Amino acid sequence: MKELMQKLREASLKAVSQAPTMETLEEMRVRYLGKKGELTSILRQMGRLSAEERPAMGQLANQLRGDIEAAIEARRELLGKELLERKLQEEALDVTLPGESVRLGHKHPMYNVLDQIKDIFIGMGFEVIDGPEVELSEYNFTKLNIDEGHPSRDWTDTFYFTEDGAICLRTQTSPMQIHAMETRSLPIRVLAPGRVYRKDEVDATHSPMFHQIEGLVVDKGVTMADLKATLNLVVEQIYGKGTVTRFRPHHFPFTEPSCELDIQCHKCGGKGCPTCKGEGWIEVLGAGMVHPKVLAGCGIDPDVYSGWAFGMGLERLAMGEYKITDLRLIFENDERFLEQF
Amino acid sequence: MKLSRKWLNEFVDLPLSEIDDRAFDEAMTVSGSKVEVTEDLSAKMKNVKVGRILSLEKHPNSDHMLVAQLDVGEAEPVQICTGAWNVHVGDLVPAALHNALLPNGTKITKGKLRGVLSNGMLCSLKELEVTEHDFPYAVIEAAAILNDYHPIDPEKPSISADIKPGDRIFGKVIAAKVTAVENAGVNLWKLRLEPAAETVTNCQNVHEGDLVAYDTAKGRVLTLEDLRAEQREFPHCIHDGILILHEDLKPGDDMAAFLGLDDHIVEFEITPNRPDCLCVIGLAREAAATFDKELKLHTPVVQAKAGGDINELTKIVIEDADLCPRYTARMVKNVKIAPSPAWMRERIRSAGMRPINNIVDITNYVMLEYGQPMHAFDFSCVEGKEVHIRRARAGESITTLDGTERKLSENMLCICDVNRPICVAGVMGGSNSEIVGDTAMVLFESANFNGPSVRRTATALGMRTDASSRYEKGLDPQNTMKAVQRACELIELLGAGEVVEGIIDVVPNPLPETTVKLEPEKINALLGTDIDEQTMRDILLKLGFTLEGDVIRVPSWRGDVSHYSDIAEEVARFYGYNEIPIAFSGGISTAGGFSPVQQYERELGQTCRSMGLDEIITYSFISPTYYDKIGWPKDDPRRESLRILNPLGEDTSIMRTSILPSMLEILTRNYNYRNREARLYEIGRIYLKRPDGTADEPKILSLGAYGPKMDFFTLKGWVEKIVAGLGVGEARFAAEKDNPSYHPGRCASVWLGDRRLGVLGQIHPSVAANYGVDAELYCAELSFDALFENKGGIPVFKPLPRFPAVTRDIAVVCDAAVPAGELRDCILASGGQYLVGCTLFDVYAGSRIAAGKKSVAFSLSMRAEDQTLTDEHAEETVKRVLDALSERFGAVIR
Repeated sequence: MKELMQKLREASLKAVSQAPTMETLEEMRVRYLGKKGELTSILRQMGRLSAEERPAMGQLANQLRGDIEAAIEARRELLGKELLERKLQEEALDVTLPGESVRLGHKHPMYNVLDQIKDIFIGMGFEVIDGPEVELSEYNFTKLNIDEGHPSRDWTDTFYFTEDGAICLRTQTSPMQIHAMETRSLPIRVLAPGRVYRKDEVDATHSPMFHQIEGLVVDKGVTMADLKATLNLVVEQIYGKGTVTRFRPHHFPFTEPSCELDIQCHKCGGKGCPTCKGEGWIEVLGAGMVHPKVLAGCGIDPDVYSGWAFGMGLERLAMGEYKITDLRLIFENDERFLEQF
Repeated sequence: MKLSRKWLNEFVDLPLSEIDDRAFDEAMTVSGSKVEVTEDLSAKMKNVKVGRILSLEKHPNSDHMLVAQLDVGEAEPVQICTGAWNVHVGDLVPAALHNALLPNGTKITKGKLRGVLSNGMLCSLKELEVTEHDFPYAVIEAAAILNDYHPIDPEKPSISADIKPGDRIFGKVIAAKVTAVENAGVNLWKLRLEPAAETVTNCQNVHEGDLVAYDTAKGRVLTLEDLRAEQREFPHCIHDGILILHEDLKPGDDMAAFLGLDDHIVEFEITPNRPDCLCVIGLAREAAATFDKELKLHTPVVQAKAGGDINELTKIVIEDADLCPRYTARMVKNVKIAPSPAWMRERIRSAGMRPINNIVDITNYVMLEYGQPMHAFDFSCVEGKEVHIRRARAGESITTLDGTERKLSENMLCICDVNRPICVAGVMGGSNSEIVGDTAMVLFESANFNGPSVRRTATALGMRTDASSRYEKGLDPQNTMKAVQRACELIELLGAGEVVEGIIDVVPNPLPETTVKLEPEKINALLGTDIDEQTMRDILLKLGFTLEGDVIRVPSWRGDVSHYSDIAEEVARFYGYNEIPIAFSGGISTAGGFSPVQQYERELGQTCRSMGLDEIITYSFISPTYYDKIGWPKDDPRRESLRILNPLGEDTSIMRTSILPSMLEILTRNYNYRNREARLYEIGRIYLKRPDGTADEPKILSLGAYGPKMDFFTLKGWVEKIVAGLGVGEARFAAEKDNPSYHPGRCASVWLGDRRLGVLGQIHPSVAANYGVDAELYCAELSFDALFENKGGIPVFKPLPRFPAVTRDIAVVCDAAVPAGELRDCILASGGQYLVGCTLFDVYAGSRIAAGKKSVAFSLSMRAEDQTLTDEHAEETVKRVLDALSERFGAVIR
């Protein structure tokens, strides 16, 4: 019996260690250790043994069972590992294939820039206001100190809806200054972006419809120093810290003194290059102290209150920001253009 | 405004050697006279010298070229070949020497021309970039040189090849050989001919040995025109050639300096409030103040030795004083029209104008110098010898100097004689009183006209001139006297005529004078500065203001100054805008921020972009025909649009009352650009006419798309999400069959409660066809206001369910015409307290279902708040739903 067990040990351990698959391994477990297995049939012969021999033989048999079980377990683990590895190999992907495409929409580049400007001004305590595009000439011109007979009122420059020229498409966002001063309580800090219209044929730098951003501050003790401080800060936020600015006298009928703000050309550092047309400076916006006549016309006492205002063109700002070379692209809305921003 | 730095130096000492372009431009710009660009003229032309022709030989290898030896001021003569025939020994000519640069960018180097060395090139007017206006004497006459004759038809020559001197050509015209040429004055040559004759010609291309056509009856050498010959018959006898200089020059002189190219021209952008800066003196005043230099003004002196008095010769009457505050005039007798001297022509050219003749040039010169437009009348043409300044009468017209006849309207101010207009005031003179070659008596006008009136007239006539563009901005009425005096001084200086004694100066009303109080504290308060009063006074004095105590007298040329804020600007300009401190005022702070409606607009844009839509910006104006294109009936009330009376074109002539055409235009453009798909949105305004003529301008959310994965339900999914974003429940969709822009079977109106939000659907194929698109286009138009007004408040947290949900799928068969949405509404209404969701997952019609029927499958989700739902509960819910569906729609479980 001992020999039988020894034989079974040798045969089973060898077979188990070479079992090719999980299935054959399971077959072997049944064959060696199952209820009708070889070990059981050896144990059935135990009855023939003497009582003294039985415990030793039982121990031997249990040891054999344990060893076979361990060998099967070891083999199972090995086979399992191999199986997993094979599976993983089979599952390997070409990770260079493209990902599932997700379509994200794009904000129009010009409104990207506009939102940036709005955020800057809101951070400085401004509110954003909106107003009519079909405007009274009284607001677009007269109340802004632009008299009858001023060239900008010409029918060659402004779109009109009535023969008497009383209703027009606003040519600037400046009438929003009047609306703000007439309807809001003081102090006023507002930003008024929007569409404006002028009778310009479409080309690479002109469009009969474009966008301006107007800003207005009215309060006690507001000065040109305040205007400079605020606009310098804005320019730094748009063009980066350390941007060199220059204020230069200019003329607008509704501000006095008036100025334009230039930034030093970032490309050439002020030496003059094609970007700045050799001037070394790039014009950014127009501004000035609200004309006392305009304040008074809106019922604000210019001896108590003062204000400043500015206006800038959005298209040019966006074109500069994204190096867009032709204004027509902005209103063409070609997907291939929109997707770039 | 173009300013010559050389001319400027006459009034302010600012030599280029001390103040270079950069320093000048920067300082002028920051003091308020913006420099656009500065051009260094000397860089345009290099190494072009004056040469005297010492000898001329025929080129050995060419029958139309000459070889010249020139004295160019060097030890040795220089040899240059030329193809021009108008040169003679002794002529002074411009010679571009080896390594010369011409204004058109051409570089000249020495080289061989048909084997003969040429050390440069002789220059014509064109090569120097000047014209016959600059050099009126440089007009070239060309004789027909018979040696150059090339018959059009070689078989039938008009002049035989072997023609000899003395042979008859036709009539009294014979062939003659030139045996000697001798200069006889500017552009005149004495010729000796064989057969024996002597004549004088102004043809410059005649040389010894040439065979010419000679009219024995008239005694002259004939030109191509005389022979009625075509240019190709005499290819080298042309009205072109080398510029022969009749100037006070010597060999070796630099042509660039002679042409005034040793100058820098500064181009200013002058703002419309400063017409006083549209002249040399005005800019000199600014420059003097900018650089703190003395302004050297000159007072014109007129001798007026002609005898007589202007008042005996003419009378000037201002009839419409409202449009003519001042008219000043002087008379010049014995006028000799001639080219003006080189220095004057050079200055006129430097300002971008063209020299004409001495009289016209003087008026232009004075305008450039003083800023006062002037006009010169040929007084012999002034009928009745009287000048009336009045509005045109009905039916009057005038032919202006540009040769165009112009109909005048009754609001146009004119200068007239007793019978007719002779000048459109401030715009352009009439050809009926134009200065011509034999003008003998000139009336100089130096007047002040109403600016807006000149502008309106110039605009109406479509002729903006140098004069009108100055007048329209409002000129200094005190300038007329100085200008007319300067013009007369120049007449005497140039010897162009004799000035008659006396000046007529009509001033119908006293000229206004402006004063402003000097209030330093107000100025400092506006600027945020602490400038002392003396500094302010010094600045004002430099600019020509005068002060009496604290009363500032504004100079007559500063019509733009009338208020303390204007004075503040003057102070700031010369104190320095960039010296004003940078300091926040620290007033009451305001909170700032977006309003709820602005917040929502941002949110809505974000929602659209997260669904993959790209934002577009479209024009607010459209063509009225676009309403036809989107299928609106002719009598659709929505066609009532605000109409622009002066549009750029039909395409942009009305304000849109619908955003749909704008979206369709952009979809079409993308489609035509062969973009595979487009998914777009815009939050744009439409413009609805109010009774008072202004507009309501509501915003519309416009969606538009096409492409391979695009269908009605994709679009509907977007709209559902947008409405869901409001946080107040689901949108309701109702089929809309009668919207002319949309597919009748694929269009729905969108509702929230009983509020209509808008419409969505597939664009009607015939509308798409109107746009030339053969694809399915999908659009939605939702009222932004309606969306915003239905926006819910801040979401309130609902506890998460503690008990699992039970789902049951049901499929019912009903009539194919029953909308699935109604089935769903019925399910939700009838399900009872446990039904929490109902999702459609299948619609089927086909072979396994009876004709005219369809099967619709829903997944029902049920849950109780307080217990795990039992099967009985679920079955009960399903039964209620099925009963309701059966009752309402006759639907049976499949």
